[in-house]
Amino acid sequence: MKPDLATLKRLLKTDAGADRVVPPAGFTVRLTLFTAAAMAFLAVFALALSLAAGRLADSWGEALARSSTVRISAPAEQMAAQTAAALRVLQTTPGIADARALSDDEQQALLAPWFGPDLPVADLPVPQLIDVIETDAGYDAAGLRLRLSAEVPGAVLDDHTRWRRPLIAAADRLRFLGWVSITLIALATGAMVTLAANAALAANAQVIAVLRLVGATDAYIAGAFVRRFTLRAFGGAATGAALGLVAILLMPSGGETGGFLTGLRFEGWHWIIPLLVPPMAAGVAFLSTQMAARRVLEELA
Amino acid sequence: MLLHNKASRKPGRGGAGVIELENVAYSYGGGELLTDISLKLAPGSFHFLTGPSGAGKTTFLKLCYGALRPTGGHLRLFDRDVTQMDRDAIALARRRIGVVHQDCQFLDHLPVDENVALPLIASGQASPDEQENLAELMTWVGLTNRAHALPPELSGGERQRAALARALILSPEVILADEPTGNVDWEMSQRLLRLLVELNRMGKTIMIATHDLSLIRAAKAQVQARVLRISQRRLQLAGADL
Repeated sequence: MKPDLATLKRLLKTDAGADRVVPPAGFTVRLTLFTAAAMAFLAVFALALSLAAGRLADSWGEALARSSTVRISAPAEQMAAQTAAALRVLQTTPGIADARALSDDEQQALLAPWFGPDLPVADLPVPQLIDVIETDAGYDAAGLRLRLSAEVPGAVLDDHTRWRRPLIAAADRLRFLGWVSITLIALATGAMVTLAANAALAANAQVIAVLRLVGATDAYIAGAFVRRFTLRAFGGAATGAALGLVAILLMPSGGETGGFLTGLRFEGWHWIIPLLVPPMAAGVAFLSTQMAARRVLEELA
Repeated sequence: MLLHNKASRKPGRGGAGVIELENVAYSYGGGELLTDISLKLAPGSFHFLTGPSGAGKTTFLKLCYGALRPTGGHLRLFDRDVTQMDRDAIALARRRIGVVHQDCQFLDHLPVDENVALPLIASGQASPDEQENLAELMTWVGLTNRAHALPPELSGGERQRAALARALILSPEVILADEPTGNVDWEMSQRLLRLLVELNRMGKTIMIATHDLSLIRAAKAQVQARVLRISQRRLQLAGADL
């Protein structure tokens, strides 16, 4: 029995006679449909998770890469002078697009999650923060640190590198795990379809014997089963993927304040990707049933 | 007519049998079931195969249509050694051999006419012309009014006639029948025999495995038949008392 282009061609060609030689009902029908639907549903979620993690990693990477903070710790009477000196240094540094000292309100908002909304920032020795936005070309961090240490003794430059890297690594790992999940789902689908195909082939040993008696080739017999299971898997996966997409659509939108969980959806051309799940499931079922049929027909020969 | 359509197909090299066995042996589970069997089924010949139950008649027929492969000797189907044939080649050869089993073996979820047409479907020949031939064949075996029944709804005789029709649908050169009258009454067995004799007159090679001696005697009154007997794992020409 030659795989696979010939079988694929025969599969795509309607053959009402071949479709009818395998008894239509049975436990394996429900098993294949349910498995394909459940796995496609999970695959859509894994895809959404992986793509959202990817977007998060990109967005964190881009946002953090372009922003830095200068922290000024100085006695209260020198704070304004050192802030002004730091701003002058920053405004004359090549590669810095904008530098702005945070207001008391903004600093209070940053501290609010820890100390509550009524924190009297002005009465506390809180460092002054300067938000720095760099150009695409970026700036020379080492050179800027030298200038700041010379001209603003209380200034410390934080370019976010230390905590940016693990965040991006975590998001990248999440994206990788999403793809691992999709691979495992495909393998599990293949295993379940193989089991179902084996059960169907074993249960239909009499059908196979009759078909052989009348001169059917192994390719014809396998094709009848392969076609049946491939179409079942496609139908089940299409249902599961549709339900998964609906569930993703119904996820609450976080708007501007949205975080990772509320961003669990597809964006732009990524909506096309889940549409590939049913054909992929059909492909997995095709290969699994083909292998199962080859083995069972060999055993029954 | 369907039954004549492909009868002119050449059986093999000149003078060769359609099925030839040369010192064939068959062993299973450590025991030898058949040994040193030699036979040439000439085109258009009529053979009976007799022997007690368990003698190996069904095994012999299965060897003849490639369902079993010999463990010794040489078996040729249409001039090709089966040891040189893969399963697909055997399947193609089987389309030239119509087989009628005692238990008939149908697909119970398909109606009778689709079961009869199964060899056409499996060989990709289910054309409108062949559909016409199918109707003709159903009439010939007297099953037109049972065409849409399911196999479990048929009587023993109807099942045997349906199996015969299925065996004939591809107009094979050889008909192998294993106890075709085993489950039917005397009248039906005579009717089936007449159909087989008629096929032989059309040029088909016939081999019938049976332990029904009255069937053999009735056939010998109508056609020149050779009677073989399997005894003690060997094939012998049966005595003149038959």
